[in-house]
Amino acid sequence: MRPFTFTQSQDVDTAVQEVSKEGAKFIAGGTNLLDLMKIDVMSPSHLVDITQIALDTIEETEAGGIRLGALAKNADTAYHELVETRYPLLSHAILAGATAQLRNMATDGGNLLQRTRCYYFYDTHTPCNKREPGSGCSAIQGYNRDLAILGTSEHCIATHPSDMCVALAALEATVQVTGKNGARSIPFANFHRLPGDTPHLDSNLQPDEIITAIELPANGFATHYTYLKLRDRASYAFALVSVAAALELEGNTVKEARIALGGVAHKPWRVPQAEALLHGQQATRENFQKVAEAYLEGAKGFGHNDFKIELAKRAIVRALEQATKKEATA
Amino acid sequence: MNTQNSLGAETAVRPLLPETRTVTLRVNGTTHQLQLAPWTSVLDALREHLQLTGTKKGCDHGQCGACTVLLNGKRINSCLTLAVMQENKEITTVEGLAQNGELHPVQQAFIDHDAFQCGYCTPGQICSVIGLVNEGKAKTLDDIKDLMSGNVCRCGAYVNIVKVAQEALEKNTGL
Amino acid sequence: MKENYTGTPTNRVDGKAKVTGEAKYAAEFEAPGLLHGVVVNSAIAKGKIKRIDTSAALQLDGVHQVFTHENRPGYSWFDKHHQDEDAPPGSPFRPLGSDEIKFSMQPIALVVADTFELARYAALLVQVEYETEPHETNLEANLDQAYKPKKYKSPPPSSPRGDAAQAFERSAVKLEEAYAHPAHHHNPMEMHASIAIWHEGGKLTVYDKIQGVQNSQKYISTAFGIPQEDVQVISPYVGGAFGSGLRPQYQLFLSVLAARELKRAVKVVLTRQQMFSFGHRPHTIQKLAIGASEEGKLQAITHHAFAETSRFEDYNEDVVIWPGVLYDCHNVEVSHQLVGLDVYTPLDMRAPGGTTGTFALECAIDEMAYKLNMDPLEFRLKNYSEKDLNEDKPHSSKELKECYRQGAEKFGWANRMMEPRSMKEGHQLIGWGVAHGAWEAQQQEASAKAVLSPEGKLKVSSATADIGTGTYTVMTQIAAETMGLPLEDVTFELGDSTMPKSPLEGGSWTVSSVGSAVKLVCEKLQEELLKMAQNMKNSPFSEAKPEEVSFANGQMFLTHAPATSLPLTAILEQHEGEPIEAEASQKPDKEQKNYSSYSHSATFVEVQVDEELGTVKVTRIVTAVAAGRIINPKTGRSQILGGSVWGIGVALEEHTVLDHQLGRFMTHDLDKYHLPVNADVHETDVIFVEEKDDIVNPLGAKGLGEVGIVSVAPAICNAVFHATGKRIRELPITLDKLL
Repeated sequence: MRPFTFTQSQDVDTAVQEVSKEGAKFIAGGTNLLDLMKIDVMSPSHLVDITQIALDTIEETEAGGIRLGALAKNADTAYHELVETRYPLLSHAILAGATAQLRNMATDGGNLLQRTRCYYFYDTHTPCNKREPGSGCSAIQGYNRDLAILGTSEHCIATHPSDMCVALAALEATVQVTGKNGARSIPFANFHRLPGDTPHLDSNLQPDEIITAIELPANGFATHYTYLKLRDRASYAFALVSVAAALELEGNTVKEARIALGGVAHKPWRVPQAEALLHGQQATRENFQKVAEAYLEGAKGFGHNDFKIELAKRAIVRALEQATKKEATA
Repeated sequence: MNTQNSLGAETAVRPLLPETRTVTLRVNGTTHQLQLAPWTSVLDALREHLQLTGTKKGCDHGQCGACTVLLNGKRINSCLTLAVMQENKEITTVEGLAQNGELHPVQQAFIDHDAFQCGYCTPGQICSVIGLVNEGKAKTLDDIKDLMSGNVCRCGAYVNIVKVAQEALEKNTGL
Repeated sequence: MKENYTGTPTNRVDGKAKVTGEAKYAAEFEAPGLLHGVVVNSAIAKGKIKRIDTSAALQLDGVHQVFTHENRPGYSWFDKHHQDEDAPPGSPFRPLGSDEIKFSMQPIALVVADTFELARYAALLVQVEYETEPHETNLEANLDQAYKPKKYKSPPPSSPRGDAAQAFERSAVKLEEAYAHPAHHHNPMEMHASIAIWHEGGKLTVYDKIQGVQNSQKYISTAFGIPQEDVQVISPYVGGAFGSGLRPQYQLFLSVLAARELKRAVKVVLTRQQMFSFGHRPHTIQKLAIGASEEGKLQAITHHAFAETSRFEDYNEDVVIWPGVLYDCHNVEVSHQLVGLDVYTPLDMRAPGGTTGTFALECAIDEMAYKLNMDPLEFRLKNYSEKDLNEDKPHSSKELKECYRQGAEKFGWANRMMEPRSMKEGHQLIGWGVAHGAWEAQQQEASAKAVLSPEGKLKVSSATADIGTGTYTVMTQIAAETMGLPLEDVTFELGDSTMPKSPLEGGSWTVSSVGSAVKLVCEKLQEELLKMAQNMKNSPFSEAKPEEVSFANGQMFLTHAPATSLPLTAILEQHEGEPIEAEASQKPDKEQKNYSSYSHSATFVEVQVDEELGTVKVTRIVTAVAAGRIINPKTGRSQILGGSVWGIGVALEEHTVLDHQLGRFMTHDLDKYHLPVNADVHETDVIFVEEKDDIVNPLGAKGLGEVGIVSVAPAICNAVFHATGKRIRELPITLDKLL
């Protein structure tokens, strides 16, 4: 870890001023940032501690949804009564990630900003375009079992590691941010980026911006939902593939379907036009399979991760079946 | 990629060395004032500055749980937080559990159930079981196993650790 | 009456120290002026260091020195001076030896600074330029380079026995398959650490994470040319090792080097990432051919192993001994060949060779049972071996049949349907599998010292280790029982190189070796006590012979007339307030040479496999073990439970992945190298089958450290086959292989 200066901000405005300094970064839960600083993957020269800013409230919004303060802890969010009852998909997704210890530390805003767990990103002795633009991608020709099959570029095949974000994508959250130029609201689908030729940028958050809240619309799909996470051990592992599935059913007819995939792309993966295939259709395995095929259209494996294409299809079908039957998890 | 990062690549704004400051940590009911640089983790502050070596370093990256301590009664990985960020909060380590020479019931249960072998993950496991009880979210056996999965035990004492956790939940032996 | 401490479930005597945090591990000792060392590792797998620039690091206030191959002090040149007790044949790696890079993550510099954080930072500032040479790390691609080493670390059994080729050709049913076991890293929870403290005059006190303090002592002494008596190595607690502490690791060498040069105390702790930069269980490919008669009698087994080693040492392990140990088959051909790669030398890891070899053999046997349409347990019983055919010797005891019987009964094996995919619940295919395993019960020469205080408190010591195996506890039990003292009046000390000589703590031989020495030294004390009693006025023991007296409840008494007794404290008064001491060495009895001794296990496993998603859950494990006398059923059970967890890791999770383009292990942390977690472990039963053995050693105990793991992984693999009909021959069985 390299030396850095350290300051604590008590309010959003000061925080925005502080983070505008060269080499500055926010620190809140710190669970990913310190992890990366210890191995020199990230090396801010100035840290701005924002944990004392009052941004940890979880409350209802006027629009009938809820607002998660950016500094609410992952555990407090998952176990919050409003979330458990009205957005159980989110609750399940959060609890599928990390561990009790990490969820007690990590914040909701920080969860959005997790970096990829790509083997090469984590090893400064290997080329990685995300870590060091222009150095090359070791993963495309290397070991890529955990990496992306959708939305990849010739520069990067990293995945976004979050579980929480997969649910937030399905639930169509918006991210509230404040920067030097004031506040703005970013639809979740536009928050994270695809790697393209700028793989070093994970999201569209500007360097001077702070996440203040995550807002969820009124419909929490609290009846028919599933978060299905497939991984290499039963807990404490990142997803090979995960599916957040939510259905509005009238009888057995699908009124609305939401599907988001984790572990397969540089961002939580949504294909609204594929979801639309289900609208007005019967909630049957056959129809689910059609959606699954459509969801994985254009998917491309890199050898070790080819299996994810088939796995993701099967996972989508299973998740939709479970959601239909009101089974929350695997 | 044959060269490592050099000092020359550093930005001009980075300090050559971090400045230390007085950091007030409350550990096991005692207030300590330490001269620390901001880059010192709570774990290193405990082990290297307070000689409280009961809290273990098993990976230094939040991937094993050996460093688990209680922060205001809840479990955290002490390796992934800076000491300067935890001033004036109540930190409880394994050294703070026994009272007047009497082991905490969870400590005694670890012995009685032989819930450890080498003992290195044990302080973290013990704090984690107490945190599990405090947090009150484990309702089923599967919950216990999942919520204790943040503490890796390479000796493989899980079957016995689960017994301790079940007993602690039944008897409500938190902090 | 005499207390039977051995055989009784007993809480760990070191339990309190471990649950309070008082137990101190290698990195946790204080020393005045302690400096912190952080290691820099190479980025490339092969080549030369063209330039190494430490100036930026040295420029920082508080950085004392950066040691590299360019400025390191001299040390012994001879191979033999760097060969430790567990070194395989070859030329051991010397940290900072030269500019040559022999493997990726090779230590190339040590930064020593006032604080850990500063040393870690300064390590980032060391600039290295390499001259890269092509490396080769791919075992599969280099099988044509395989060789039989001039000298084996552990020679394979003499081969052939009978005529395997011909018998195979003539067999009615044949199986030929290859099995792959990946590289594993030990990953004990405690990272390797050493503190070397330099004292005026050049003496050293060293705290080391090691499975044998005297191995470290001798290694330091010969490598640096320091008289052995000037080096004291201490290691009271070891946070797991599983073989990683059999050889002194580079942090020891570097901390000693720095401490001597700087005349200070220096601590070097490896990072978790660096725990992947030294010995590992080698990637091994095994080719098996099995022939059987239609009735299911084995006719031929050939078992050829190909394993990686480094370019500088020939490591091998007992991969191919198992056909001769486990099965009654008279036409057997085995071989073990090595492929030299640009990696660090592999290293014994819990049940070295047993884990690897038993996985392949027991899966192949299962496959053969299916070819024969015979119950896999019945097939094993039909080919049950009463002898160790490698050595052509009878077993000193072998209750494996009873393991099968009790294990099968507990598990409910009789209800199994032969057909794969015959059991299902919802999406979950259910499979039942069986496998068995063995581990040699060896005894090494070991010594112990006993001191009995005037108050009747006994202290016994030996330079062994407790890596979680329960050494402290079982030695206390043995000593207390032998001396007839209450458990709380006995302490056992270990982990100090000044103590009586002990072998490395490994190979499941510690109870057998050190335990036997502890028993003997207590018996010596008893002889001494009898002599002292006989010197007392009007001694009731004046005519007694040693074999006629017994010890219990702190008393010595005549076995045939227990009323004739004396408290030990009364006898000790003869010694005028001084303690009495004895030291003893126990060697294996010659009679043992006529027998083979193995612990045996039979494991029954149930798995659930999701038919569409390929996820595997091990829902039940029953392991029945025959290992002679179980000194402490409580800690012994824990060893077998731990072995089951290891079996889950081996079968389903663990794999250190090499990127052959980079020649580098890429799963080098605990996020990416998956160890089993709590949620992976479900119902696990352990049965200890009674087994009497008067030959194996004076205690009749065989050791449990290894036998608990060997049969678990193949039983899981076989259960996965039973569930799915898919035979996975390359570990680990991750879900992608089952889609």
